[in-house]
Amino acid sequence: MEGGVAYENGLNFKATELTLGLPGSGETEGQGGVRNNNKRPMPTPETNEEESQAHKAADRGSTAPAAKMLCRAQIVGWPPIRSYRKNSLQAKNSEGEASGMYVKVSMDGAPYLRKIDLKVYRDYPELLKALEAMFKFAAGVYSEREGYKGSEYVPTYEDKDGDWMLVGDVPWDMFMSSCKRLRIMKGSEARGLGCGV
Amino acid sequence: MDLSPKQSSPSESTRFPDEVLERVLALLTSPKDRNAVSLVCKDWYTADSWSRRHVFIGNCYSVSPEIVARRFPRIRSVTLKGKPRFSDFNLVPDNWGADVHSWLLVFASGCPFLEELRLKRMRVTDESLEFLALNFPNFRALSLLSCDGFSTSGLATVATHCKNLTELDIQENGIEDLSGDWLSCFPENFNTLEVLNFSNLITDVNPGVLERLVSRCRSLKVLKLNRTSSLDRLQRLLVSAPQLTELGAGSFSEELTLQQHAELKYAFGLCKNLSVLSGFWDASALNLSAVYPACSRLSFLNMSYTALQSPELASLLPHCPCLRRLWVLDSVGDKGLEAVGANCPSLEEIRVFPTDPFDEDMLHTVTESGIVAVSQGCPKLHYILYFCRQMTNAAVATVVRNCPDFTHFRLCIMNPGQPDHTTNQPMDEAFGAVVKACKKLKRLSISGLLTDLTFKYIGEYAKNLEALSVAFAGSSDLGMQYVMEGCSKLKKLEIRDCPFGNVALLSGLERYESMRSLWMSACNVTIDGCRSLAREMPRLNVEVMKEEGSDDCKADKVYVYRTVAGPRRDAPPSVLTFSGL
Repeated sequence: MEGGVAYENGLNFKATELTLGLPGSGETEGQGGVRNNNKRPMPTPETNEEESQAHKAADRGSTAPAAKMLCRAQIVGWPPIRSYRKNSLQAKNSEGEASGMYVKVSMDGAPYLRKIDLKVYRDYPELLKALEAMFKFAAGVYSEREGYKGSEYVPTYEDKDGDWMLVGDVPWDMFMSSCKRLRIMKGSEARGLGCGV
Repeated sequence: MDLSPKQSSPSESTRFPDEVLERVLALLTSPKDRNAVSLVCKDWYTADSWSRRHVFIGNCYSVSPEIVARRFPRIRSVTLKGKPRFSDFNLVPDNWGADVHSWLLVFASGCPFLEELRLKRMRVTDESLEFLALNFPNFRALSLLSCDGFSTSGLATVATHCKNLTELDIQENGIEDLSGDWLSCFPENFNTLEVLNFSNLITDVNPGVLERLVSRCRSLKVLKLNRTSSLDRLQRLLVSAPQLTELGAGSFSEELTLQQHAELKYAFGLCKNLSVLSGFWDASALNLSAVYPACSRLSFLNMSYTALQSPELASLLPHCPCLRRLWVLDSVGDKGLEAVGANCPSLEEIRVFPTDPFDEDMLHTVTESGIVAVSQGCPKLHYILYFCRQMTNAAVATVVRNCPDFTHFRLCIMNPGQPDHTTNQPMDEAFGAVVKACKKLKRLSISGLLTDLTFKYIGEYAKNLEALSVAFAGSSDLGMQYVMEGCSKLKKLEIRDCPFGNVALLSGLERYESMRSLWMSACNVTIDGCRSLAREMPRLNVEVMKEEGSDDCKADKVYVYRTVAGPRRDAPPSVLTFSGL
C-alpha cells in the first residue's frame, strides 16, 4: 500500500509519527482495508486519525472488534442510510443555514485561518483566484489526471464524509454542497491526491 | 425439475382442455404457488407458462431475458431487481451493471404486450426509457425505485408516447433532474393516470400543467408531490382530487395566514379516503394541524423527512386511530415514542430513522426506553426498523416479550461494536431473545457488540429466517457457520466487516443454490476461497469487486448468487467473475 503504513508487532509506527501534516495525510485515498496482525477486520476506512486509535485498541488485546474505536463518520456506507435519505437531510441542513456558506480556509505554514463564503463564487477558477489572492500563492494548472501542476501548493477540501479531496475533481455544485472546509496543502503533503509536483 | 409424464390410463386421466387448465391456473397469482404448479407435470408446466402474467425476478442476473421471454411469452408485468442491496450505501461501484436495456430489447420481440415494469436498483438510461415508450404499445405502468442513469428527459419520452399510462412511480432514484418540463409532455387529452409519484424530483413542474392533469385524471388515486410543491398548489390539488387514497404532501414548510391555513384544512377535510400520507419535508408544527381532518382513516404515515418533535407527534397521533404503519425521525425522542405507544393500538410497523446519522453529539435521539414504550402500547407490532445510539439486552428482551409476532426486526446501534450501555456486555442476549421469542421472524438485522454466540442463537432458533444483515460482528468463522448450518430457509445474507474467512464462506456450499444471494465485504475471504467456491458450485456466479490498492489475494467484496444464465458478460473490469463452468 502506498504511504507505507508499516506494521511491526501490530504497532502502527507511521500513524503515531509526529508530523506537521494532518494525521493520515501521507496515505493515499481509497485504500483497501488495512489488515493488522490479529486479523480483526477493518472497514474500508478513508484516512483518519481514529484509525491509529483503533489499532492501539486492537493491540491491547481487547476482544472487541477494532472497528469499535472508529469515528462513525469515516466508515463508508455506515450507518446504513440510503443515499436518497442522506441527501434529503443534507439538503435540509444546508438550506437551514443563514445566507452564505462560510467555510474555514487554512494554509500550511500560515499563522491563522481565514473564512470565505463559497456562495460568492460561481465556479472553480473564481474560487482559486480568490484563494491565491488571499494567501499569496499560485495554485498551478489543474488537470483531472495530474491535479495541480507547477505549484508548491495544492488546494484541498474536507467533504461531508470527512475525506480530504482535491479541489476541482467534482462538479462545482457537488463541491458546494459537500465542502466543509478548505486547506491549502504544501505540495509534498499532497502526494497521492493527484498532485503532479 | 421433475417433469413426470402424465398418467395414460383413461380412468385416472384428469385431462382438462388446455383452456380450462389455464383458466384455473390464472386464478393463482402468488409466484410461489405458480412455481409449485409448474413442477407438477409437463402439461401444467406448459399451462402455467402460457397463462403466467406476472414474473418477479429478485436478481436480474439469475436468469437471462431470453429464458424468461421463451418460457413466459404472454407476461404483462415484470418486476426486476438488480444491484445488491448494499449499493444503497455506496458499497457497489457505479458501473457495476444491472442495466435494463438488454431486457427491453428481448421483451420488445418476445413479450411485446408488456404492460408493467417495476425496477429496483437497476441502471436505466434515457435511451432505455425512450425504447420502452416506443416499443410497447400497451405499456401502462412504470415504477422505478432506487434506480439510476436516467434524467427527466427520459420521463418526458414516457409521458409523450405512453398513451395508456396509468402509473408513473419515480422513487428515490439517482435521477438527473434537468427540468420540470417532462410533466408538460402528457398530451392535453391524456386522462388515464392513477398513480403519479414524482417526490424524487427537485426541479419544479409547471403548476398549471399539474393541476390540469390532476383534474383530467378522474381515476387518480395516488399523488406524491415533490419537495418544491407549495401548500397553495397542494390545497388546489386536494380540492380537485378528493378521491385520493395516497398523498405525498410536498414541503409543508411555508408560513400560512390564518385564512390559508383554514382553506388547507378544509381541503384536507374533503379527502375522506386517504390511507397513506407522506412527504412533509421541513413541516412546521403550525401547518401540520391542517392535516388532522384527513387522518381518520390513515393507515400509513410517513413523517421521516421532517424533524418532528415529540409534542407535535403527540398532537397528531390521536387523530390517527387506525394507524398501522409509522415512519419518523428520531427527533421525536423517547417521549414521542411514548405517545406512539399511548395512541396507536393497531400499530404493526414502526421505523425510526436518524435525523443526523453522523453527528456524534446529538442529544435528542431515541434510546432503549423509546422502543420499549412502543412495544408496551402496540402488541400487534411485527415490523421494526430502529436506529439508535444506545441499547440494552434487557430492553430488547422486554420488547419481544411484549410483541412476539415480529417478522422483521432490524436494529441499528449506530456505533459499530457498541456493547449494552448499562452492563457493558455484548448484545448477544438481545438477539438471542429475539430469535427465541419470535418464531415467525423472517428478516433480521443485527448490530452492536456481538460475539459468535449471537450467531449460535440465530442458527439454533431462527428457523424461518429468510434475510439476515450483519455488520461489525462475530469473533470467528464459527459465527457464519452456525447460520449456514441452522437457517435452512435463508435466502439473503449480507455481511460486512466481520472476521469470517474462507472456512466460513465454504461452510455454506450446500446452501447457496437455495439462496438468492450472499454478500461479504471487508471480511477475511480471499480470492482463492472464491475460486474454490466457484469450482465446487458451477451454478453459482462468484463475483469479487476489487478495490484500488488492496492486496492481490484479498477478496474485498464478494457477491455470490445462483443463476441459470451462467457468468455475466457485462461486468466492469473491477469485478472479477469466477465460474466453475
